[in-house]
Amino acid sequence: MKILVCISNVPDTTSKINFTDGDTKFDTNGVQFVINPNDEFGLTRAMWFKEKQGAIVHIATVGGPSVEPTMRKALAIGADEAFRINTEPTDGFSVAKQLAEVVKNGSYDLVIGGRESIDYNGGMVPGILASLTNMNFINSCINLEIDGNNVTAVREIDGGKEKLSSALPLVVGGQKGLVEESDLRIPNMRGIMMARKKALTVVEPIDAIKATEDKKFDKPAPKGQVKLADSVDQLVDLLHNEAKVI
Amino acid sequence: MSVLVYTESEQGKFKKNAYEVASYASAVAQMMGTTVTAIAFNSTENESLGEYGVSKVINVKDDALATFNAGSYASSIAEAVKSTEAKVIILSSSTDTKYLAPLLSAKLSAGYAPNVVQAPDSTSPFTVKRTVFSNKGFAHTQIDTDIKIVGVSNNAFGAHENKTAISVDEIDATTDATTNDTKSLEIDKVVGKATIADADIVVSAGRGMKGPENWGMIEELADVLGAATACSKPVSDLGWRPHGEHVGQTGKPVASNLYIAIGISGAIQHLAGVSASKTKVVINNDPEAPFFKAADYGIVGDAFEVVPQLIEKLKAFKAQNG
Repeated sequence: MKILVCISNVPDTTSKINFTDGDTKFDTNGVQFVINPNDEFGLTRAMWFKEKQGAIVHIATVGGPSVEPTMRKALAIGADEAFRINTEPTDGFSVAKQLAEVVKNGSYDLVIGGRESIDYNGGMVPGILASLTNMNFINSCINLEIDGNNVTAVREIDGGKEKLSSALPLVVGGQKGLVEESDLRIPNMRGIMMARKKALTVVEPIDAIKATEDKKFDKPAPKGQVKLADSVDQLVDLLHNEAKVI
Repeated sequence: MSVLVYTESEQGKFKKNAYEVASYASAVAQMMGTTVTAIAFNSTENESLGEYGVSKVINVKDDALATFNAGSYASSIAEAVKSTEAKVIILSSSTDTKYLAPLLSAKLSAGYAPNVVQAPDSTSPFTVKRTVFSNKGFAHTQIDTDIKIVGVSNNAFGAHENKTAISVDEIDATTDATTNDTKSLEIDKVVGKATIADADIVVSAGRGMKGPENWGMIEELADVLGAATACSKPVSDLGWRPHGEHVGQTGKPVASNLYIAIGISGAIQHLAGVSASKTKVVINNDPEAPFFKAADYGIVGDAFEVVPQLIEKLKAFKAQNG
């Protein structure tokens, strides 16, 4: 089985978010970048398929040279080979088009991406990629088993979960549940040394027209002071008469 | 050239978000000087959409589509886009809809802007305001394609009555073969209880509860309020509560009217995930807990004392106010 994990390079979850250039760009100043958490759950599940079922695991990222440290980390965790598509990721639609080229050229059986990236929260790349490459698609996937060509998966639904059957080739929108938080791996020294020697191929992008453009950003209005209630009676009174939520 | 809205139903009845997205579609149609057509699957209460500005419903009746299937639903919606020549498609932010939206986007080569929080800034060019960076910011996103897809955030726009004369077309599902081959084997879902996605009130608890055996009072409080229960990331990582209850940046987003956080200190990732809630209440014994800075109301106190008192008080309050 040949697996491609699509990895997005995103600000660490603790980052303070600011905008620059007249609020038209995300301010990367002082921001630490990491593997998108939803992608990392997918990557870790791919490692399981590598170790238990002999899968080959590649990764792909759309981005300039600055995303390579994040890609090297994925290689240090255990991916075999990496592809960087050399263009700035703009909107989800064009990112999916770029990735579709890598998928078509690599004849992968399984493609895993995060359900959404924690920066622009588009949540569309895996689904569009599946459509463009005529692969099956399961989103918000929290369990994935593969036996030959047969797939059994569980996806999250509002208020519960649904068990599904499908078949390879398949694209999965992954998230926590594919593996547990405690299964995530911190690269060890040996992994880091080996990652330096693994192939990281730079692929030139295709012409892909943007479907959407983020023209301007702003931040939520600052929050007013919290009102502390002295008693439960006062709290219920405030919620009923002032906030009018009960 | 009307605006097309996908109104979700379950066992024939519209979900709450159906009226919200219908209202949003109606606002967009007014800006564009056109009308709203809704597409529904096996709905039995189509006329009710007329209360929210919909003038025509295309109801796909097909037993094969009794259970949600992203590929087949996307095919039927794409068919309706063609038959109505719609240029704007309005969707909700439910898990099912976020599953089919990218399939629809690819099928129609349509730009998709999810997590939209208000009526478009303008319809020419078509620009919408949406949350990004897990609610830590907003983007004003311009959709450049001929057909545009807008995903409306839960509980951001609200349902607005706008009585309109309505007609209903019952049609069969499209025979267009779907490329997405998935079969539902089993659905495991709590029935008759509010879910985090559509509850007006969410009661959430964290590590301050000390252990899973203490969740009885959290569930009782949720019952009294008709609320959904949720939890912080550490609680789900420890296995005290199921993953489906984890709310925050890597869990589920919450956009309820009232969010009550009990024994949750308020890590930045948690605050991001719940910040779309309208009123936030914090119960914590640590007055320095960061959540107090992000909350509207709070009580500094021991959850094990405050929560039982709150349950009693709310029971009395409900008895009095019906």
